[in-house]
Formats: sequence, C-alpha cells, structure tokens
Amino acid sequence: MSDAAGSARVWTVLEKVMDPELPMLSLIDLGVIRSVETLAGGTVRVGVSPTYSGCPAQQVIRQDIMSALHGAGFAQVRVHDELSPPWTSDWISARGRERLRECGIAPPEAGSRTRGELRGRAPEVACPHCGSTRTERVSEFGSTPCKAHYRCAACLEPFEYFKCI
Amino acid sequence: MSRFAYVLRLGDTSLVLAQRLGEWVGHAPVLEEELSLANLALDLLGQARYLLTYAGELEGRGRDEDALAFLRTEAEFRNVQLAEQPNGDFACTIVRQVLLDVFQVELYDRLQHSRDTRLGGIAATALRESRYHLRYSTGWLTRLGDGTEESHARTQAAVERLWPFTRELCDPDPIDAEMCAQGIAPDLDEVREAWTARVAAAFSTATLTPPAATAFAWYGKRGEHGEHLGHLLTQMQYLQRAYPGARW
Repeated sequence: MSDAAGSARVWTVLEKVMDPELPMLSLIDLGVIRSVETLAGGTVRVGVSPTYSGCPAQQVIRQDIMSALHGAGFAQVRVHDELSPPWTSDWISARGRERLRECGIAPPEAGSRTRGELRGRAPEVACPHCGSTRTERVSEFGSTPCKAHYRCAACLEPFEYFKCI
Repeated sequence: MSRFAYVLRLGDTSLVLAQRLGEWVGHAPVLEEELSLANLALDLLGQARYLLTYAGELEGRGRDEDALAFLRTEAEFRNVQLAEQPNGDFACTIVRQVLLDVFQVELYDRLQHSRDTRLGGIAATALRESRYHLRYSTGWLTRLGDGTEESHARTQAAVERLWPFTRELCDPDPIDAEMCAQGIAPDLDEVREAWTARVAAAFSTATLTPPAATAFAWYGKRGEHGEHLGHLLTQMQYLQRAYPGARW
C-alpha cells in the first residue's frame, strides 16, 4: 500500500472516532486532527491539537485514535501534539456546527479572531431549541472547558454555547 | 540552562495559580463562579503541564512534569510571588487574576513569535485561553469595583495589598535579558508598558485607584518566596510525598 493510500485509509478510520465529551461530533469535524503521515515501515503518525491546554479529554482522544487504528489493522500508531498554529473554534466544520445545534449546543460564532468577541463584545447567540437570539449568558464557563452556559429568554430553556476562541 | 530556568518560571507561575484557584472548589460564592474558577485552574494546569514537560526536557536530567511539580521544595519553585498569594475574599482572587491575566496575555502575545517554536506554540495556545480569562476577570473587576460601597472598599483593599507583588512581573533579571537577547523571550520593558496601560484602563473602568510604586522587591522567579508557598505545596504535593511513585 502506498503512503498516500495508507494515509487516506487512516482518515477514513478517523472519521468514525468521536469526541468523548461531544459524542455527536467526530474529531475531524471538531478540527483537532491536524496531520496524518504514513512512515516507511508502516508506522502511522497522527498530529492532534488540544482544544484547551487543560482539556481532560485529551488522554481519551489519544487512546481512542490508537485503538480505532489498531482495530483497522495499523499496528504501529503514534499520536503527537501539534500546538502551532493553535486550534480555534473556527475550525469546527459546517457539518460539526449543525450537529452541535441539533444536539442542543449552540455552535460558536464564526470568525473568532476578526469579530472581536475576545475583545469583550458580546456575541449574538441563537437558542439551539427555538432559534431566538433573545438569549443571555449565565456564565462564561460550563460543564467542559469548551462550553459556556446560556439561557433563552424566549423559550426559557437553558443551553450550552460552544465557546468562541 | 538559562532556557530551562526561564521555561520553569512560566510553568511554575501557571501551576501555583492553578492550585490557588482550585482551592475555591467547594467554597465559591455561587455555583457558576465555582465552575468558572475551576475552569481557569484547569486551563492553567494544562499550560503548566506543557511548560514543565518542556522544562524537564531542556534540563536533560530525566525529570518529567510530575517530578518538577511534586518533588521540589518551595525554594526551588520559580513562580512569581503574586501567584502564590492567598485567595482572600472573592475580590482579592479577582484582583490577583486580573493582574496576572494581563501579564500572561501581554507576555504570550509576544512569546508566540519566539525563535523557540516549541515555546511559541505553547504560548499561542495559552494566549487564547488567557484572553478568555481576562474577559472574565475584568468583568468581575468592574462589577466589584464599581458596585456597592462594600465591594468597592474590599476590591480597593485587595489592590493595595497585592500591588507590591506586581513589580517583579516585568522587572527583567539576567535570565530574562539573556532570553530576550537570543530572541526566545520578549523584551519585558515592552511588556511592562503594555501591562501598565491595560491595567490602568481596567482600573479606571472599575473606579479603582492604582497605588504608587513601592520599594518592595522580592523575586519569586529567583526562588524568593513568602511563607504561603510552603503551605500551598503541602497540599499540592501531599500524595506524592506520602506515597512516592503512586500512579493512577
């Protein structure tokens, strides 16, 4: 098997590896798989970016990648961190955003670095249940490092917002 | 070895501040703030792990992140003293956080372009988190400083108490100077200018008054610590000290 064909197969296997804390989202849709290389001798190297430095899911993500690839017949797998350039919520795919919304998590606003949210402007967050933008932030932080806590003033439901970073 | 010393300082500052913030778990005023403080701690702990792992590799004596975090005495820690200051009340925690968040944002914003690409990558990742932390901490600084008479008085008192510890943040010593000359670390004079302007703006919005500079000059980054750090380490290092080599 050529290196390119091997790497293509790795990508196909990785499409089915889901994020442990956002199980509706594949690691590829989350945008954390950065590179796949097939080295001479068949060793596969996968580069992964952390969403947050302290995200406790990192270890599980690494193990899930290894076991999925081992299960697909790749005996030698190495997973390494790729920190530069850093992951941004802009890398969540369009399909990933739609999956988040369907599961009740408001996806991050696109264009984190240009829209100025990180400079203090409040983002317009649409309620994933009813679509209203009459929403308010309860807390900048939530159940995992990647989410904030919101509430909808229209349908009164609480929901999570994927932090824009 | 200078680079080891430099990276160790950054890692220790994040680690010690993470430990302090973690002390709020179970004690914060409301659940949302407890979650927030724990999330800040988690990001900082992640940054510390990257930095200490790298420091251990630079040192080349086989010490990993755990050996550096759990098996050094307080005199061997190189965090800035501001990070080890006790939590005090919520106002005190928030003031400490603003002062350090601004420092980390201004430092990492420049450090991400370091000639040391590994360190630059860690800084770039940490920068996005520190910016988010700063948004949270300055939001609270404004609400507390420009809040009630009581919250204003407590926040201003916290500013007076913590201000002397800010001097070392941007006061370059020979290691900072050497790292800057090699293009690894930014010029701390430049960081100081940016830090001062941003803190002044945050204080002004929060109706707080920055105190005059003091002659106080202790340097945690050179291993000079107050009594607080030792107490913090007894908690943080207990398990590895009591059960050496314990693993999950």
